[in-house]
Amino acid sequence: MAAVPDDASVADSSALLEASGLIKSFGPVVALRGADLRVRGGEIHALMGANGAGKSTLVKILTGALTADGGTITLGGRPRTFHSTSEARRAGLICVYQDPSLLPDLTVLQNLKLTATPISLFRHYLAELGLEGFDLQSLPRELARPTLSLLDLARALAIEPQLLLLDEITASLPADLTVRVFNVARQLRAEGRSVIFISHRLAEVGALCDRATVLRDGKTVGVVEPAQGGEERIVKLMLGPVAEEVAAEAASPSAPATGAVSMEVRDLKAGMLSGVSFMLRFGEVLGVAALEGQGQQELFDCLAGVRRPESGQIVVGGKARVFRHPADAIRAGVVLIPADRLQALLRQRSVRENIALPLVNRFSRWGPINPRREKRRVESAVKRLQIDTRVQSEVRRLSGGNQQKVGIARWLASGFNTLLCFDPTRGIDIGTKRQIYGLVKELAANGSAVLLFTSELPEIQLACNRVIVLFGGELVDEMPASEADEQALLRAAHGLPSEADAEQQAPEGA
Amino acid sequence: MATSVAAKVSGPAGINAGRAVRRYGWTVAVYVLFATLMVATLIVKPDFGAFEWNTLTLAALPLAFAAAAQTMVVLSGGIDLSVGPLMALANVLALRATVGHDLRYSVGVALLVLLEVTLAGALNGAIIVLTRVPDIVVTLAMSFVWAGLALLVLAKPTPGIPLDFQNLAQGSTFSPWVPNALLLLLVIPLVWIPLRRSRAGLAIYAVGSDRNAAFRSGVNLGLSRVLAYAVGGFFAACGGLALSMTTGVGSPLAGTYYTLSGVSAIVLGGVSLAGGRGGMLGPLAAAYILSLIPAVLIYLGIDPNYGQMIQGVLIVIVVMIGGIGTVLRRA
Repeated sequence: MAAVPDDASVADSSALLEASGLIKSFGPVVALRGADLRVRGGEIHALMGANGAGKSTLVKILTGALTADGGTITLGGRPRTFHSTSEARRAGLICVYQDPSLLPDLTVLQNLKLTATPISLFRHYLAELGLEGFDLQSLPRELARPTLSLLDLARALAIEPQLLLLDEITASLPADLTVRVFNVARQLRAEGRSVIFISHRLAEVGALCDRATVLRDGKTVGVVEPAQGGEERIVKLMLGPVAEEVAAEAASPSAPATGAVSMEVRDLKAGMLSGVSFMLRFGEVLGVAALEGQGQQELFDCLAGVRRPESGQIVVGGKARVFRHPADAIRAGVVLIPADRLQALLRQRSVRENIALPLVNRFSRWGPINPRREKRRVESAVKRLQIDTRVQSEVRRLSGGNQQKVGIARWLASGFNTLLCFDPTRGIDIGTKRQIYGLVKELAANGSAVLLFTSELPEIQLACNRVIVLFGGELVDEMPASEADEQALLRAAHGLPSEADAEQQAPEGA
Repeated sequence: MATSVAAKVSGPAGINAGRAVRRYGWTVAVYVLFATLMVATLIVKPDFGAFEWNTLTLAALPLAFAAAAQTMVVLSGGIDLSVGPLMALANVLALRATVGHDLRYSVGVALLVLLEVTLAGALNGAIIVLTRVPDIVVTLAMSFVWAGLALLVLAKPTPGIPLDFQNLAQGSTFSPWVPNALLLLLVIPLVWIPLRRSRAGLAIYAVGSDRNAAFRSGVNLGLSRVLAYAVGGFFAACGGLALSMTTGVGSPLAGTYYTLSGVSAIVLGGVSLAGGRGGMLGPLAAAYILSLIPAVLIYLGIDPNYGQMIQGVLIVIVVMIGGIGTVLRRA
């Protein structure tokens, strides 16, 4: 809070865009509860916040994709409300998203026509981004993703926007293309135009941005200058007091386990994942920390039999396994809890049927189901997880937390030895989250092995004994949970050396 | 990564041939199939002449319009199960209004019917956009509404379309090999080509291709979809009038066949049922192919009811071959 400038209520004459007190809710979910953003002319302004802090809602409101429930937006001193993206576009506000918004089935030229983009300017900016001579007859469906991002960016630049929003555009770009994007952003700044830059990569924000506005739980909690060692402040603001609470609660993280090896992964390669090896023991929860898209999806997919690795070995119970199908993994006792609960559950069927689904496979191959045995196992699993519902009700009527519990209950009922949890608490309230982490820990204490990826770094200490960190498809760090506080994880997940390492290296470098 | 990007950018000439195959391959293949079938027909029936060609075109005309109507809607990411009833509606309206009148009056009626059924199509689209009920549900429901309306207009098949008006389709004004029905088919490109080149046409492709990206590109989603249904309604009306002209009869149930055979024609013609991909040329040839099959069977002396089975098998085989092509390209 202290970081908000004192003159917050006084109109800033140099502000190009001023949004204040923006409120937006989707039914019972409040996405923004008083977000402020002030961007000066000729400024590159970062918009930071953890997942679910309200960044994307704010961007959508600014570009007219959504209309705010409350609050004001002024552009160049005039109050504005945008009802469509084309209206915002005419006013000089345009956003380039992480997933390119070129239509896959129209040629690039037709895409430009659709948005009435001046073609000569588009070509000019393409050349600036290093794509001179690009063939406008190509179909976006047939182009590589980084190329699409650059095309999308050039299309936005071609309308000469006053304010350009870059929503995680660097997430899908290799490093050399990122540099080109940065150069263009700096050029806009030099021309007196402004850029709002959204990225999870702190290093990029520090290198590029003049100021950063930090959102947390739908509110602006501070404005920071990242260049002067402000990165740590941004991290603290993003985390907020909840993280401290978590830290206190996790003061005594579980010690690393020493049980037998449940699963060993040797030099696993698949897509983004480029050679990862680790061991998972019975009785431990092994955390996986990573920013979005660092190979964790590929890792879990391979382990669960959803995807076949390009090379490397998965050893389960002392035998190298080839999982051709999730059924193979399940038979080997390796089961997956995906982030999207509805991927795993039949939402229109009852809790009972959902839990019994893997059982059916076991009790009777295609034949009639033994209802008494099924009922007994299901009820014991429901009781154990305290699923707050009657077993007959449809799964889609349950809260997200309870749905996730059903997902876990089905494996409890059918039996497993290794549980893979891929971001199991995504979009679940904090109370249920704790319950799920408690459950995961209990499962490990009872002798199972658990591999847990969570996108919420502060929560790793709550559940895990040990943590491995993925960055760019490689395993870059491993630490006991006692050392894995949020700062250490954030550094490692950004590919930065730990503080201790950095200090060690400093004298050598000098 | 960077080098692959650069390589893709710098070699436009090299990939053009492959791209042409990918983009127009299906359409070319459908015309090759049509040509092959024509050759087969000539072998089976060596005296295939202008008269047979005219008969074939007359048979293909309503189906081609039904396919055009369905193409419009499917390109925008929807599906219209009321194309047949809309055709029937146009057909019976035309009979009720033209019976016993001269050519000029009939043409005036035809224009009015085009307008009415276009509005009916637009209504389909508007209901879908406003209620957010899925396309397939709304158009299924509306198909009963339009079919009921057609029965109210005309309870049973009745002849009486003025002969002069029939001759607009049945005659051969210019040359026996250029029957009037073939010229009437030109309505499709006359509407389609300008639309396809306009921003409205791009918007229809856009909503069918990726609704989210279209929204971000500033496309008015609702309006584009209603437009697609309206143009679909226009083509359905053309199809209904074509039925009037080719049969001379107003029949409230005549359209029923054309809903699903229109879908068959567009699938065969390379329009993706997922929306956003395909064009008009393919479905036109497909309409001819689907009309030619029963004719060939008659020439061969086989029960033409086998034609339906052959059509079904043909569609599955063609789509399967297309799918294999896609898989091979990815590998």
